[in-house]
Amino acid sequence: MTIKVSMKVNGKAASAEVEARTLLVTLIRENLRLTGTHVGCDTAQCGACTVLMNGKAIKSCSIVAMQAEGAEIMTIEGVARPDGSLHPMQAAFKENHGLQCGFCTPGMVMNALDFARSHPNPTEQEVRESLEGNLCRCTGYHNIVKSIMAGAKAMGGKI
Amino acid sequence: MHAFEYHRPASSKDAVSLVSKKPEGRYLAGGQSLVQAMKLRLSSPSDLIDLSALKDLTGIRTSGSTVEIGAMARHAEVAGSAEVKKAIPALAALAGTIGDRQVRHMGTLGGSLANDDPAADYPAAALGLGATIHTNKRKIEADKFFKGLYETALEPGELITSVSFPVPKRAAYMKFKNPASRFAMVGVFVADFGGKARVAVTGAGPSVFRQAEMEKALSAKFAPDSVAGIKVKPDGLNSDLHASPEYRAHLITVMARRAVEAALK
Ligand SMILES: Cc1cc2nc3c(=O)[nH]c(=O)nc-3n(C[C@H](O)[C@H](O)[C@H](O)COP(=O)(O)OP(=O)(O)OC[C@H]3O[C@@H](n4cnc5c(N)ncnc54)[C@H](O)[C@@H]3O)c2cc1C
Ligand code: FES
Ligand code: FES
Repeated sequence: MTIKVSMKVNGKAASAEVEARTLLVTLIRENLRLTGTHVGCDTAQCGACTVLMNGKAIKSCSIVAMQAEGAEIMTIEGVARPDGSLHPMQAAFKENHGLQCGFCTPGMVMNALDFARSHPNPTEQEVRESLEGNLCRCTGYHNIVKSIMAGAKAMGGKI
Repeated sequence: MHAFEYHRPASSKDAVSLVSKKPEGRYLAGGQSLVQAMKLRLSSPSDLIDLSALKDLTGIRTSGSTVEIGAMARHAEVAGSAEVKKAIPALAALAGTIGDRQVRHMGTLGGSLANDDPAADYPAAALGLGATIHTNKRKIEADKFFKGLYETALEPGELITSVSFPVPKRAAYMKFKNPASRFAMVGVFVADFGGKARVAVTGAGPSVFRQAEMEKALSAKFAPDSVAGIKVKPDGLNSDLHASPEYRAHLITVMARRAVEAALK
């Protein structure tokens, strides 16, 4: 049995007929074909699946799609400027070598966007704490922290 | 995950009546425990009754002597609430140590108490402050709410609507985090109500419990030295790959002392 789920994704209306047990991340990747949102663990640990729901970072592998009914979702595909140029947070990751394989990066950027809005000039400690729910197997975090500090300054509290 | 039917009622009355018609139905709050359990097929409800549209389960209200928090208040909301920070800073701080940012944006107070995970943080605050859990049917004292491993006094279909926390003179929560999950390996909540102290321990036993010997010592004198010398018996404490009962017993004393120090700061 299927159920209709509708939401706004990256500013555009999106809907699909899904089984109620469909996870939000499955809807995003398989129904909407937005494969920038990654699945690293599927057990709520790694944060690779982080998206913004009504502006707040959440793990899309940890809720069913119906929980996002009527919500505004933003995925990594909605972050760059309409002309294709990088968002300041993305640019900061590039500048500061904040990624190696890049698998964790969409989740890192999405979490950082939400964090930076309330922390326009964060300390290193605050940034490290904000990364509790995001794992990276490559970088050792150092350059991710640098990227987020630079990106947050460049954003000036606005996504 | 097994298949289920999804419902999003608009009022708590509808939620309660829905669940009464679906014996295998469960409430869904943030899903941060329930969806996880369903993915692992540890839980397979026939119906999920999503509480997220229930306005009467939200909000934070303070009067002089209590802070009342709606069951659907997200951890991040409590952690960031100016009212809670002012009245019971230890409660806001505790909410801010639950899981990670993403989990705190979804997880709720009611879900945490109903779930009664042996290592959850909110049960320590509820028991440590002597909170009252309000449901659609009655009021339950925290002392009578936590029954055992994942077991509470809630009857089938009973809905937590809000929780009221008495405002103490001072309080603090100290948590020794499991470095992987960030759940409490041992967490101790201490509260001083002026000559009457309460101490609640989470993570160490099958469910949160009070530590009578420490309460007595702290009621006589609320100071770190009152608890620093107390040796807790390891009998009945949890044993897993993270810590032995002996280590957990040791941590209870260390966390209690640090919590008293923090409360006095
Ligand atoms: C990665 C990760 C780390 C975590 N770390 C911590 C941690 O450090 N400390 C900690 O305490 N917790 C931790 N949690 C658990 C988290 O706090 C959960 O949010 C919480 O335990 C359950 O709340 P929920 O709103 O998500 O409830 P749900 O998962 O939706 O529901 C849990 C249970 O409560 C029932 N329920 C929900 N609301 C009500 C209600 N109003 N009345 C009656 N029954 C209800 C549901 O039917 C279900 O049985 C973590 C979770 C994750 C995924
Ligand atoms: S895939 Fe969601 S947290 Fe790892
Ligand atoms: S860059 Fe490879 S996992 Fe983070």
